[in-house]
Amino acid sequence: MGLMDLFKKKSSGDIAKDRLKLLLVSDRANCSPEIMEKIKNDIIQVISKYMEIDAEGLDIQITQTESEGNNGNVPALFANIPIKDMRHSGTSE
Amino acid sequence: MSEVIVITSGKGGVGKTTTTANVGTGLAQLDKKVVLIDTDIGLRNLDVVMGLENRIVYNLVDVVEGNCRMKQALIKDKRYPNLSLLPSAQTKDKSAVSPEQMVKVIDELRDEFDYILLDCPAGIEQGFKNAIAGADRALVVTTPEVSAIRDADRIIGLLTANEIARVDLIVNRLRMDMVKRGDMMNIGDVTDILAINLIGAVPDDEQIVISTNQGEPLVGTDCKAGIAYANICHRVLGEDVPFLNLEEKDGMWNKLKGMFKKN
Repeated sequence: MGLMDLFKKKSSGDIAKDRLKLLLVSDRANCSPEIMEKIKNDIIQVISKYMEIDAEGLDIQITQTESEGNNGNVPALFANIPIKDMRHSGTSE
Repeated sequence: MSEVIVITSGKGGVGKTTTTANVGTGLAQLDKKVVLIDTDIGLRNLDVVMGLENRIVYNLVDVVEGNCRMKQALIKDKRYPNLSLLPSAQTKDKSAVSPEQMVKVIDELRDEFDYILLDCPAGIEQGFKNAIAGADRALVVTTPEVSAIRDADRIIGLLTANEIARVDLIVNRLRMDMVKRGDMMNIGDVTDILAINLIGAVPDDEQIVISTNQGEPLVGTDCKAGIAYANICHRVLGEDVPFLNLEEKDGMWNKLKGMFKKN
């Protein structure tokens, strides 16, 4: 092991923290399907006010995304919402 | 008004029972009327940690099944008359008590005690559900290790889902020498990850092993863990107590004291 490796080496405490941060993102996303379901239903309600969406095809999940600060990675809620019809989308009259 | 506190962790062996014994004894030292309930049916331990194992006649399951009255099952502590223990059954299993029955037991104790502390079993099954059923608030115990923190996170989620109004964190078994080297997560790391209020940090202390050997909780004694537990008790009562500086205490002063002892 060269001298540079010594400098690069992360302490095991930091490794533990980083591993946990990642792990808990997926744990938290998985451990409360009830809450995910509630979020999903609320999203459907709100979006449906403005356009017709495919409620069946809607998919939400919690993943990671790049961010400035906070060590680069933060949890993010991704929602994939197929639109059936742009009913009264706020187009100018 | 009485407050019901469940001490829980998810993972086993992180110090739930030791914490229950010490926080309970500490609250009794502050002149509160306290009862400790061991909800770990089949694997009772709180009695030995409290040093009361020889006085058990009836237990929690006997109370639930109506084999005895509550008064007969409660064991008075040998040091503090305002501290009692309701031991668990050793020969039954977790299904012997239901959450509804647990709530009934707790309600019966509310009139007589200021604090009802529930020592929760490890895991998230029936025993956990029993223990949290009647709780107003929770103390989540964890150690600075990935497995314990992961389980604590899960437990915090379940406590919130079960509408436990207040959930506080105790970080147990901190080894400041390892934290200094960067080989153990520090208190800030743990609270960052779990994102709940910290109510206490307890250093890894040989005295804990010794006190458990003797069956005498060490809260209030002049060692780091004893002071840390006493501080937690004050915070449970809502007092604002500054956190012990665990790092400094391990430094020059102790080395000096150690030198004098040897000579």
